[in-house]
Amino acid sequence: MNTARSSLRHRTRSPFFHPWHNAAITVGLSAFLLYLAWHLWRWAVSEAVLLPGRGAECMQAAGACWSIVQEKWRLILFGFYPQAELWRVVAVLAVVAVAVGISSVPRFWSRHLLTLWAAAIVSVLTLLSGGVLGLRYVSPDQWSGLPLTVVLSLGAIIIALPLGILLALARQSEIIPLRAAAVAVIELIRGIPLVTALFVASVVLPLFLPAEVTIPKIIRALICIAVFLAAYVAEAVRAGLQWIPGGQKEAAAALGLRYWRTQQLVILPQALRVSLPGLINAFLDFLQATSLVVIIGLFDLLGTTRAAIADTAWQAFYLEAYLAVAAIYFVLCFSISKYSGWLEAYLRRSLKR
Amino acid sequence: MRNKLLTSLVACTALLVAHQASAGPTLEKIKARGELVCGVNTGLGGFSVADSAGEWTGFDVDMCKAIAASIFGDASKVRFVPTSEQVRFTALQAGEVDVLTRNSTWTLQRDAGLGLDWAGINFYDGLAFMVPVAAGIADLKSLDGATICMNQGSAAEVDTRNYFTTHGMTYQPLAIENQESLNASFFSGRCDAITADSSNLAAIRTTAEKPEDYVVLPEIISKSPLGPVVRKDDPEFTAIVRWTLNAMVTAEEYGVTSANVDDMKANGSESVKALLGVNPGAGKALGISEDWAYNIVKQIGNYGESFERNVGAGSPLGLPRGANALWSKGGLLYAPPM
Repeated sequence: MNTARSSLRHRTRSPFFHPWHNAAITVGLSAFLLYLAWHLWRWAVSEAVLLPGRGAECMQAAGACWSIVQEKWRLILFGFYPQAELWRVVAVLAVVAVAVGISSVPRFWSRHLLTLWAAAIVSVLTLLSGGVLGLRYVSPDQWSGLPLTVVLSLGAIIIALPLGILLALARQSEIIPLRAAAVAVIELIRGIPLVTALFVASVVLPLFLPAEVTIPKIIRALICIAVFLAAYVAEAVRAGLQWIPGGQKEAAAALGLRYWRTQQLVILPQALRVSLPGLINAFLDFLQATSLVVIIGLFDLLGTTRAAIADTAWQAFYLEAYLAVAAIYFVLCFSISKYSGWLEAYLRRSLKR
Repeated sequence: MRNKLLTSLVACTALLVAHQASAGPTLEKIKARGELVCGVNTGLGGFSVADSAGEWTGFDVDMCKAIAASIFGDASKVRFVPTSEQVRFTALQAGEVDVLTRNSTWTLQRDAGLGLDWAGINFYDGLAFMVPVAAGIADLKSLDGATICMNQGSAAEVDTRNYFTTHGMTYQPLAIENQESLNASFFSGRCDAITADSSNLAAIRTTAEKPEDYVVLPEIISKSPLGPVVRKDDPEFTAIVRWTLNAMVTAEEYGVTSANVDDMKANGSESVKALLGVNPGAGKALGISEDWAYNIVKQIGNYGESFERNVGAGSPLGLPRGANALWSKGGLLYAPPM
């Protein structure tokens, strides 16, 4: 214990303060960081218009103007969804939070989760679009803000995960045409920028469809994002598949398991665990990539923020609005990555038991 | 790179569909649908902005509502489809929107090449320059040798170069793609002047800590006529859009406002009565109800009212009428007679 502490002291002290020029750098940089922090504090808190505040005070304030968040939060969070029906989007977010929350606890992992998600998807779509159960119909054009970001990214993950696993299995398959097709699809998708595909899906596609066929823009965007995510999921899963020693497959065959049973019972459980960091990485990437839909006139969380700061009276305070939205993205992404770290550790522990 | 790819894609698709725009009388479709669908900007101060409650407002939005008032007698029968710069013309060609009321510049290439028609000009814009008051610059001549901030890849780069070369002046361009960094560069003094369309400059000016420290120079060096755009295939609908704009201008010319329209309808001159549908004819010719212009003025106001409310003196932009005044007051607005 004692030696450990002294070695700790040795480790923390020596590189920062010995020799003398390290000490100078440490002091200098700390002073600089403190200076920055002080300025940040002055801008963001002490000289800012804090909440609740009035917009009129903002022009006089030397610091930040957080009133823009107070004035525009509804537009930023919920976009163009009808004001009278806002409870529905709040309910949607709650349903999603509960479903995600339950699914992330290992104790609840069972077949029933599929039922839960089926119910969640049905209720989310019912709540958002309405037109049944006495709910007013809200056109998908009006879905925007945080609900759109959530629907697009979660929807993409739900579609892309099975699709990506199938693609990865196809790429490892012994049937050569199937393997070639999977390689072609994956490499083609990874070779095209997502924004181009979104553009083609939203603008070029309708020109070739008959006038009576109209697929809502949001569905076209969702399919695009999901197919793209699937290609990246496939590559992450492939890494896991290749990690598994060939002997396992042979052992499963020796036990008389067919291909799908082998995948289901032996290969995939291990492969998915190994590819978890890669999968999470792809999910986070695409959560942020959903903001590309602004190019086709859909307003995700970032799009509604840009719409909010287009208001001339509030244009000067774009930094505050962007910071507020960055905080939302950060909370979403950081909790996902923290959870995945915990999950990896949990799976490693449970494997040892 | 990404932008170039998109631009070429846009060009290709636009050419592809230039001559296969959907046929059929647009007016019938709009009436059957019960609402007019307008393509608007995703966010441009004063012209098309979502307010805090998510409702669209602005000068271009008013234009759209006025067309709805002509057709339905009800300015609220509209649906707005926000369109990005890249997809606006294809959205119109594909029939996703009925009309673009979205600050689109009228050029020969677009008019002749895309199968589209400009129904008129509702805003005369052009490249102007803004400088700090403290610099004591009064006209463009004094900008010789200056560093000028401008948007990368915009027409501003070409137009500025042309102007300075023609006038034997030199300048140092500082082209920045991102609008916020562009504004910040100017306000922090990295460049002596900033150039953009005059309406845009007014919006940039409002973001300054002290807007009164900056002044927009009076000279405008390029032409950027903006107006509502429709598909070429339906002249009847084009006429409705064109005369909606003309009616707003004519109403201002006759002094008819949203406040006095009822009074004018009863006691106005013969030409006012023809405009407001007391003396019939105009509505029948356009295929809409006779009180179309009355509905526009009653619900939206005349051109001047909409201008002042959204972009003029009564708004944060504070634009002067300038070229957008009536021709009789030194501007360019001139509506043909009814």
